[in-house]
Amino acid sequence: MMNRKHFLASAGALALASLSPLARAQAQGKLKVGFMLPATGTYAALGTAIDNGFRLYVDQLGGKIVGREIEYVRVDDESDPSKATDNVNKLIKRDNVDVIVGTVHSGVAMAMAKAAKESGTLLIIPNAGADAVTGPMCAPNIFRSSFSNWQPGFAMGEVAAKQGHKKAVTITWKYAAGAESVKGFKDGFEKGGGKVMKDLTVPFPNVEFQALLTEIAALKPDVVYTFFAGGGAVKFVKDYAAAGLKSSIPLVGAGFLTDGTLEAQGAAAEGLLTTLHYADELPVARDKEFRLAYAQAYKMQPDVYAVQGYDAAQILALGLKAAKGDAKNVKAFSDAVVGSQIDSPRGTFTLSKAHNPVQDIYLRKVAGHENVYQSVASKALADPATGCRM
Amino acid sequence: MDFSTFLIQCLNSLQYGLLLFLVASGLTLIFGIMGVINLAHGSFYMIGAYMAYGLAPLVGGGFFVTLAVGVVASVVLGYVLEWAFFSFLYERDHLQQVLMTYGLILVFEELRSLLAGNDVHGVQAPSGLDGAIALGDVMSYPAYRLFISACCVLLALGMWWVFTRTRLGMRIRAGTANREMVQSLGIDISLLYRVVFAVGVALAAFAGMIAAPVSSVYPGMGESVLIICFVVVVIGGIGSIRGALVAALLIGFVDTFGKVLLPQAAGVLVYVLMAAVLLWRPDGLFKP
Repeated sequence: MMNRKHFLASAGALALASLSPLARAQAQGKLKVGFMLPATGTYAALGTAIDNGFRLYVDQLGGKIVGREIEYVRVDDESDPSKATDNVNKLIKRDNVDVIVGTVHSGVAMAMAKAAKESGTLLIIPNAGADAVTGPMCAPNIFRSSFSNWQPGFAMGEVAAKQGHKKAVTITWKYAAGAESVKGFKDGFEKGGGKVMKDLTVPFPNVEFQALLTEIAALKPDVVYTFFAGGGAVKFVKDYAAAGLKSSIPLVGAGFLTDGTLEAQGAAAEGLLTTLHYADELPVARDKEFRLAYAQAYKMQPDVYAVQGYDAAQILALGLKAAKGDAKNVKAFSDAVVGSQIDSPRGTFTLSKAHNPVQDIYLRKVAGHENVYQSVASKALADPATGCRM
Repeated sequence: MDFSTFLIQCLNSLQYGLLLFLVASGLTLIFGIMGVINLAHGSFYMIGAYMAYGLAPLVGGGFFVTLAVGVVASVVLGYVLEWAFFSFLYERDHLQQVLMTYGLILVFEELRSLLAGNDVHGVQAPSGLDGAIALGDVMSYPAYRLFISACCVLLALGMWWVFTRTRLGMRIRAGTANREMVQSLGIDISLLYRVVFAVGVALAAFAGMIAAPVSSVYPGMGESVLIICFVVVVIGGIGSIRGALVAALLIGFVDTFGKVLLPQAAGVLVYVLMAAVLLWRPDGLFKP
């Protein structure tokens, strides 16, 4: 005789099972975009900028992409690689998102790329520059709207060689982003006939630079290339100037050295040359529109991270249009996106076969609180994407 | 490495070591004298740095006035915190102290995020001290760093004098040795501990304020100093101010020369030093 408990349990299970086709039908309606960005910690401001930039484009489209309303789900990745797999699985398995957008920290992004590769979920990376993501880890469903660490470094290497410098010393944190940026500089500088004397490293996230600044003074190179970001960038630029090196040995760097840090760096940063895929006073009409719209919507000025978030949304919209709203049709999505020009505030760019931006890298000079555009350091620069088999 | 570079590296080591002592002094006081593991020490350092940034426009009058106001504010903060939270911790075991102070770290981080935002900020060195002293044709030494080192030395001397030559110092040392006996002698030990705690917090905040022009002000700055402070206290011996000074200088030299001579291992050298010291002297270099 069937027990009442068993009967209710099986009836309940049957009812739930019959509901699921209905639930799937609902899913074609709203598009779930999962943001995995830092809401706390050192990179919180960058996470907010990316979030704002992304939503600005979606709002400009009327809140819908290909007729599907966008629903946002957010997970704070705390820029912590050890929690990354758990966090991204929350989005993939618990929230069943259609697209993942994230993140800032390369260590976290690598874990996300691995999880996205396994589940086949669309992943658009709006900052993390780890070369590996569009290198050995590349996949048909992984896209990047920002840059690879190699790109700004290579561009600066070419500029430094063109300026006539022959001997360079590099200094950065001992981690992947630093190593990749320095490699880019080395490739560009040695291609132009220069030679890198020594690569100095500081353990991450140590910010005691005095010992190495003394070392640089002893080595007496023609130019010093550096990669630091955030608090470390502020301290390094100030320490470099305080040690009197700024006037004797020119300092150049990837754009992050002076991005978002100029107010804190003050006079120590004045006149510094950096390379990045974005700049202030860019002679690009789309940038002027974007800055106005962003300032109106969020009551603050945008930065390169906001642009990257904005372009991540553009890539999503472009791909989804070709895939007729189906986020699972990775082939149609990818074919459309790789072929097209993205009309970005940074200028137009395309995505390489490895899904990394092929873009102009600009030379910028610090004037007051701005990184002012000087010239195009490298036109339509593509990351070599070594190790990507797609 | 030629001789002049070697001398400059020694100067760098000394200066870094003294800065570490300044930052760790507050922790030594609270951990050593009162036996409370204060994980929130890094947060007080951060609060000091943010005060240097935030109070400057409000108070006016320049760097030193801001410094004085900040020190007073942090003494008050320390007093209130001890009364509200820490006074319950003396009898409890270390795990409960860790849990409570960890909770405080999280609260302070959020408050910082709410009140001061998440951007990086700079603090200007006072105008008399922002020059540099030339050391050879390429390099010069910032005067402000020498000022910080001078402050540290004065502080070390001040602490030594208070602990060994004043009544207050005598009572504090007695309280560490035997709390109940001091109480039965009629001295209000709770008030004493509250004062020591307030001074410990003020020292941490003072270090943050003094170091702000050099290290700048950004989220997460507290955590990075916390670990190195514990290393200083552990190597030096818990409760010993003299030990903290020696340990800080030792770390300064190991870190500076390590970065230049052994860059691949530079990150772990300090911890290798700690392990080596503990193998030789499990209680640290000096007794309290």
